[in-house]
Amino acid sequence: MVEWTDFERATIADIFSKIQYEVVGPAALARCLVVYPWTQRYFGNFGNLYNAAAISGNPMVAKHGTTILHGLDRAVKNMDDIKATYAELSVLHSEKLHVDPDNFKLLSDCLTIVVAAQLGKAFSGEVQAAFQKFLAVVVSALGRQYH
Amino acid sequence: MTTLTAKDKDAVRTFWAKVSGKEEDIGTDAVARMLAVYPQTKTYFAHWKDLSPSSPSARKHGITVMKGVADAVSKIDDLKGGLLGLSELHAFTLRVDPANFKILSHCLLVVLSIMFPNDFTPEAHVALDKFLAAVALALAEKYR
Repeated sequence: MVEWTDFERATIADIFSKIQYEVVGPAALARCLVVYPWTQRYFGNFGNLYNAAAISGNPMVAKHGTTILHGLDRAVKNMDDIKATYAELSVLHSEKLHVDPDNFKLLSDCLTIVVAAQLGKAFSGEVQAAFQKFLAVVVSALGRQYH
Repeated sequence: MTTLTAKDKDAVRTFWAKVSGKEEDIGTDAVARMLAVYPQTKTYFAHWKDLSPSSPSARKHGITVMKGVADAVSKIDDLKGGLLGLSELHAFTLRVDPANFKILSHCLLVVLSIMFPNDFTPEAHVALDKFLAAVALALAEKYR
């Protein structure tokens, strides 16, 4: 069971209430596809991913980025049992999507960087620590059902 | 991982020109974040009186590290040769586990994202990520 301090709970709730899902999601996914181009392997049917401009302007990337952020919502609302909350999604990513779980960490690093840009100075070291802990738990839960 | 292309080096130098003057702030924030977000990194600084992220020792160290990174930018065409002395320092004296270079690099990128939200585009990000990885490799050159 993950132990969350009051500060961590408040911080996570605060961050997700402040960020715009349709901005942060697409930006994080696009950044991941640009910075770690091998992640493009999972999006063969997304059309033009030829360069950074194409990726950032791609509507399928944008839609999927938003989907991912809404998926994170589930964890925000169930912080005390993220593992169970994501069991089904974990099976999906393993059995159907065949995503290498190392990729979850890459996306989560990009998400941290995008949220940092959004929140600016408010994204202090302590806030970053809480956010990264939350993402680490999500990443672990998503990789849990792989076998 | 890979060698830096001419495009990468250009992107790094261009971005670094924008950073000019703010190196101290960037360095101190990056080290402070590293200590706060990855508490295991504090094990390297047991000799400091005050291990809090905003301590004078942490600030001073942030400045030192950033001077090294700025130096690396100027030696971007030959990181292995240019950083030989620093590599020996890290290999024989400091013996920092190379996994920590990745950690500090990530914290540096977070700071750059906060301080330069418009300039730290995905293209700049990938070039800087590659550059910092190359610096880390050069620093670990003499380890074994």
